[in-house]
Amino acid sequence: MSDNKHTAGSPEPREDGGTGRVVGTPSPAKGESLLAKDGEGAKPPAGPATELDEKSAKNAERVVAAFFVLAFAASVGFIAYYIGWSGRNGGMHGVVRARESNLWLGGTLALAMLAMAFGVTIWVRRLMTSKPIIQERHEMASPADTRAAFEADFLEGAEDSGITKRPLLRRTLLLAAAPLGLAPLVLLRDLGPLPEKRLRSTFWGEAVKKAKAEGKQGVRLVVDGTNAPLKVSDFNSPGGMITVLPEGIEEAPEAANEIAKAVTILINVPAEQFKPVKGRENWHVNGVVAYSKICTHVGCPAALYEQTTHHILCPCHQSTFDATDGAKVVFGPAHRPLPQLPLGVEDGYLIATDDFPEPIGPSFWERG
Amino acid sequence: MIRPTSNDDKTRTGISVKRITAWRRRPWAGYAVVLAALAAIAGLYAGFSPKTDRAEAAGTADAQADLANGRQLFNQNCASCHGLNAEGTKDAKGKPIAPSLLGVGAASVDFQVSTGRMPAMNPGAQMPRKKPIPLFDTELKTDYKEPEKREAAEKQKAAAEKNIRDLSGYIAQLGGGPSIPTSDQVDPTKGDVALGGKLFRTNCAQCHNFTGQGGALTGGKYAPPLAPKDVTPTQMYEAMLTGPQAMPVFNDTTLTPQDKQAIIAYLVQSRDEPNPGGNGLGRIGPVSEGLAGWLIGVGLMVLAAMWITAKKPKKLKKS
Repeated sequence: MSDNKHTAGSPEPREDGGTGRVVGTPSPAKGESLLAKDGEGAKPPAGPATELDEKSAKNAERVVAAFFVLAFAASVGFIAYYIGWSGRNGGMHGVVRARESNLWLGGTLALAMLAMAFGVTIWVRRLMTSKPIIQERHEMASPADTRAAFEADFLEGAEDSGITKRPLLRRTLLLAAAPLGLAPLVLLRDLGPLPEKRLRSTFWGEAVKKAKAEGKQGVRLVVDGTNAPLKVSDFNSPGGMITVLPEGIEEAPEAANEIAKAVTILINVPAEQFKPVKGRENWHVNGVVAYSKICTHVGCPAALYEQTTHHILCPCHQSTFDATDGAKVVFGPAHRPLPQLPLGVEDGYLIATDDFPEPIGPSFWERG
Repeated sequence: MIRPTSNDDKTRTGISVKRITAWRRRPWAGYAVVLAALAAIAGLYAGFSPKTDRAEAAGTADAQADLANGRQLFNQNCASCHGLNAEGTKDAKGKPIAPSLLGVGAASVDFQVSTGRMPAMNPGAQMPRKKPIPLFDTELKTDYKEPEKREAAEKQKAAAEKNIRDLSGYIAQLGGGPSIPTSDQVDPTKGDVALGGKLFRTNCAQCHNFTGQGGALTGGKYAPPLAPKDVTPTQMYEAMLTGPQAMPVFNDTTLTPQDKQAIIAYLVQSRDEPNPGGNGLGRIGPVSEGLAGWLIGVGLMVLAAMWITAKKPKKLKKS
């Protein structure tokens, strides 16, 4: 272990990494002053800007002081804006006002902290010297006599408790501890509700069931946003597309969750280009076909429909589905086609006659 | 006109009152007055009524002239690809070069031509928006200082507007189709912005981005940005109505004119959204913001770390 005086005066300070102290290394341990005292340190090392002259030190002092005054002004500005303006004219309520007050509060606070950081850094860099600093460290292990004493104490306690001689106590103690070890598993299980069977069906199924109970054939399709039911004659332009929901979904309990699952795209594929999937010949209305909007890859809304190619593109990972062919995957990481909704007509309105035949969206553990 | 104070029997026009009285007493005077009254009424009617035969005849002649102009414009600028009868053309292998224009309607023609997409320069994955050819350039600059220059530009602009009107009229006459929306239908100040935002996010944002910045599609196609100010409300309406290129059609019975107006209102209002704190970074969301955060933010932090740990003076100079 070399001491301060020795290394400071050594003729090759750079070779042992002496000039720049690595950030995060221990701070000085010796009780000596870190600044070189008069007469200490034999020669200044060669190189530019290794010495601090009084004139530039004065300059640096002023610069640092200016930064600190700026930080002071910015923090005063923060308090002044907070008290004086942020609460006025409707306060932080309303998007426009909130954005404005965020800008000013955040800006003044950031300026105050940045100015302080700049000041301190310039202070350290231009007004302080760097010298090799040595810190003494203890060994990690405890001294041998402490360890021996602990061992003796422990053995004495074990002997006295008779844990080896009284197996009943030992075993019942282990028995008592075992359920506590398992308790976290129960707690983990209940961190959130299980999805149960909710991923398997959508509100379409529920709505169709309700409509059939009322003697109808199915539930009407309504435009997402306006809730206007769609007639076959309304949706008659080839190349048309619209996002639809089952009628009445807005009144459902947990409507937002239900909408997220039931969201469906209705596409008008020119009838002569449409190739119905086997077994689904009557699921479309003259080329008008409905698919789940939720991508079967990871559940992004896949609704970039190109009417020229009849491809439905998912924006997240470019999975591409063919709308003319049962939303078959033609490109990308998705493995299953988008689930198709069976459509029908009742009183001229487009209806869904059943739920999606399979769970919508990406795979999940128990999907099978 | 007889002034009681006057002692001579002449009116201001110089016609003798006695003479008028004498005319009045003639036997045919009554018929003459009735005829004169009838003629006056007929003249007035002819002057005020817009639907006189003569005006109608002139209108038909104008319409004929407009159609002729439209046909001529079509033959000059469109027929080479779309066929002389606008029936569309195919190449030797039967692959379509240009679609049939029968039934596309005036709205489609107005959209394609006023945005400069048609007449197209060369076939490709997608026709880009470009400055329209001078014949159809309705976005001409007219704010010249010199009156003669300004007048010429205004004249050219009016001619371009008429050309587009005539051309779309000609195509509409060939096979019907959606017509150009009225300025009242596309007025963004009359739309429900909240409803428009909802409809835009569910039906348009997947391709055009939630603030209308546009985005990529497959095979070199793309959804064009809607945020630039030169995309007019009329063009937005026409695009929804006709579904140009890869865009799906949103006809007036699926998205009603009110719904379309709401979407236009949302788009126009979102253009004026402020960007507090400076640059909106193209408003394309987390992609550009993440890139800026990584390149600029992390870069600055690395520079700051280098600055803090850089070499500093070895010792204070003796003073």
